Amino acid sequence: MKTDIILAGVGGQGILSIAASLGAAALNENYYLKQAETHGMSQRGGAVVSHLRIADHPIHSDLIPLGAADLILSVEPMESLRYLPHLAPGGSLVTNTIEFKNIPNYPELESTFEELSQKINIIRIDADQIAKDTGNPKASNMVMLGAASPFIAIHDDIIIKGIESIFKAKGDKIVEMNVEAFKAGRTFSTKNK
Amino acid sequence: MQRNLLLGVEAIGQAAVDAGISGVYAYPGTPSTEITEYIQHNQTARERNIHREWSVNEKTALEAALGMSYAGKRTIACMKHVGLNVAADVLMNMAITGINGGLVITVADDPSQHSSQNEQDSRYYGKFAMIPVFEPSSQQEAYDMTYDAFEFSEKTGLPVMMRIPTRLAHSRAGVVQKTVQEENKLKLPENKNQFILLPAYGRKYYQSLLDKQSWLTELSEKSVYNEYFEGKDKSLGIICCGITYNYLMENYPHNNCHYPVVKITQYPVPKSMLTKLEKECDELLVVEEGYPVVEELLTDFFGKGTKVSGRLDGTLPRRGELNPDHLAKALGKEQENTIAIPDTLVGRPPSLCAGCGHQDTYIALNEIIAEAGAGRVFADIGCYTLGALPPFNTVNTCVDMGASITMAKGAADAGLSPVFAVIGDSTFTHSGITGLLDCVIEKTNINIIIVDNETVAMTGGQDSSAKGRIEKICEGVGVNPEHVRLFVPLKKNHEEIVNIIREEVAFNGVSVIIGRRECVQRIAKMKKLNKAKKQA
Repeated sequence: MKTDIILAGVGGQGILSIAASLGAAALNENYYLKQAETHGMSQRGGAVVSHLRIADHPIHSDLIPLGAADLILSVEPMESLRYLPHLAPGGSLVTNTIEFKNIPNYPELESTFEELSQKINIIRIDADQIAKDTGNPKASNMVMLGAASPFIAIHDDIIIKGIESIFKAKGDKIVEMNVEAFKAGRTFSTKNK
Repeated sequence: MQRNLLLGVEAIGQAAVDAGISGVYAYPGTPSTEITEYIQHNQTARERNIHREWSVNEKTALEAALGMSYAGKRTIACMKHVGLNVAADVLMNMAITGINGGLVITVADDPSQHSSQNEQDSRYYGKFAMIPVFEPSSQQEAYDMTYDAFEFSEKTGLPVMMRIPTRLAHSRAGVVQKTVQEENKLKLPENKNQFILLPAYGRKYYQSLLDKQSWLTELSEKSVYNEYFEGKDKSLGIICCGITYNYLMENYPHNNCHYPVVKITQYPVPKSMLTKLEKECDELLVVEEGYPVVEELLTDFFGKGTKVSGRLDGTLPRRGELNPDHLAKALGKEQENTIAIPDTLVGRPPSLCAGCGHQDTYIALNEIIAEAGAGRVFADIGCYTLGALPPFNTVNTCVDMGASITMAKGAADAGLSPVFAVIGDSTFTHSGITGLLDCVIEKTNINIIIVDNETVAMTGGQDSSAKGRIEKICEGVGVNPEHVRLFVPLKKNHEEIVNIIREEVAFNGVSVIIGRRECVQRIAKMKKLNKAKKQA
């Protein structure tokens, strides 16, 4: 088993909470894991990426090679495009539809996604709205993780355990809300697959 | 065995604590910052109350570390690659004195310049100082090698450099820990003259350093961290330094690399392994993160010997960090048919945060620049360097820590007037005060704007050595208190800020204008920390 995931977003959007939940899940299962993060200057509103690799055998590179990622999980639509050469044939792209416009030349993306959807499996989800609907507007990243979960080679029960261990310190209510958000995302994705 | 998920930098911090250090000395700098932060929050470090405060700069950090080593205790100093330039004086000389308690210098290099002005390779400093350099290839090796480095330092009597690139610093993996060692007892050096570098002593110690070199090579050859992997296909021999070994093996998923490989993680280079490889193979490929340090060493100047390829001959890119794809290309295993990046995609450079006070300062300063003319704003290293980008385009220079004040002074000496230096609070105490003294002594016509957000912001909001001290420092150095001005960078204060700057431009002499408002990220961070404390 191996699952290679590119996590993309804009500095400050908290993609690392997604990585942390999956990391905790992987560790609980005694899987091997490598996860390269972006720290430093780009965290100030720049493009950020995390390479997350989970396998049942030792992993060599901290970086995912071109054409090898099973999944691009992006919390911002334009950022989902930046790492496309890393996606494996048959790989999936799951992205939040809410645009983060902190640049003056933000492009129109609809036709790009239309064109891409001829070639790859794309799930576009308004995670912010779904998070609001589940009563936890702050949990949109967990909605995104849920939406991506059908494309990750780890059972959803194990990912939920990972989420529980990450949010445990913040109390049962927060854990429950994040798990709910995850489930809502997963339901959306399964329906729109 | 229990594995903990640790960043490379965290693995180093944990290993240092477990090896019984009595202190960490550091100045924040990406990608090295989290080593010290990890130790600051580590339970054993807290229980033992080891030294874990930030230093004012890398030079003071490394000198204090040497002092702790003098007293017989183990210590680690941490910095980014350009930070070692600041500490280079003590580095070169501590190689001559040697150490007493084990001393490790961790230097985090930043190939591809993710957050830096250059991508200099610290291994050159290791070679320059003639000290052992460790370059781990994984988080577990980062832990193990740091854990061993203190004993190695005590055994050889030398400081040990631990060199990591950004990619290892900021990548996480499961790490198995070893037992926690006791701290060393206080013990003065046996030779009471060991740390006196009077020329007569210095010559003797330098000879002893030279004499150790062949022993260090021998230790590298015997090191468990340097490995020779046999391979059937002798048409090529591959030398991989540090994490580049992973990029090679990524191209051989079943560990079936058919070429002989030498993996180097300890320097000086293991000569016997390289000699064997050269003898066995037709050609050599050297793969290293950073500069072509090993490749240069092995490349035959007159072109009569074995062909060596790597970054110098274009087999690998000369600049920037490597990845598995560069190796794939060099080995003819390039991935084809990848999905292209759509043309619609545009870049997203970093920018100042919403609500950041630096914006208000630059908007005001731009009004003055419109009157005075462009090309006279000398800035420094920090978030405010982003004032060089749109929409501000205010900043004209950013070179090294503290260079804002001194470069502005030089330009003023050349006849440029008015000149502005823009420097952060922590950068000012790091390297700005000495430049200010130059200005005071020569009564330079200069306007120094200290953008004081009361923290080291770019690296994640560490405590600033400048906090609560800036006015007193400036006045103590000799700036006329009437020309130490203060404003609060807020939109509503725009007119006031412009007026203050304009008044100081009119004054012929040293003006220090302080814009003080706490970093919005730091406020959010402290709120979060306090909330977590309350819940605990």
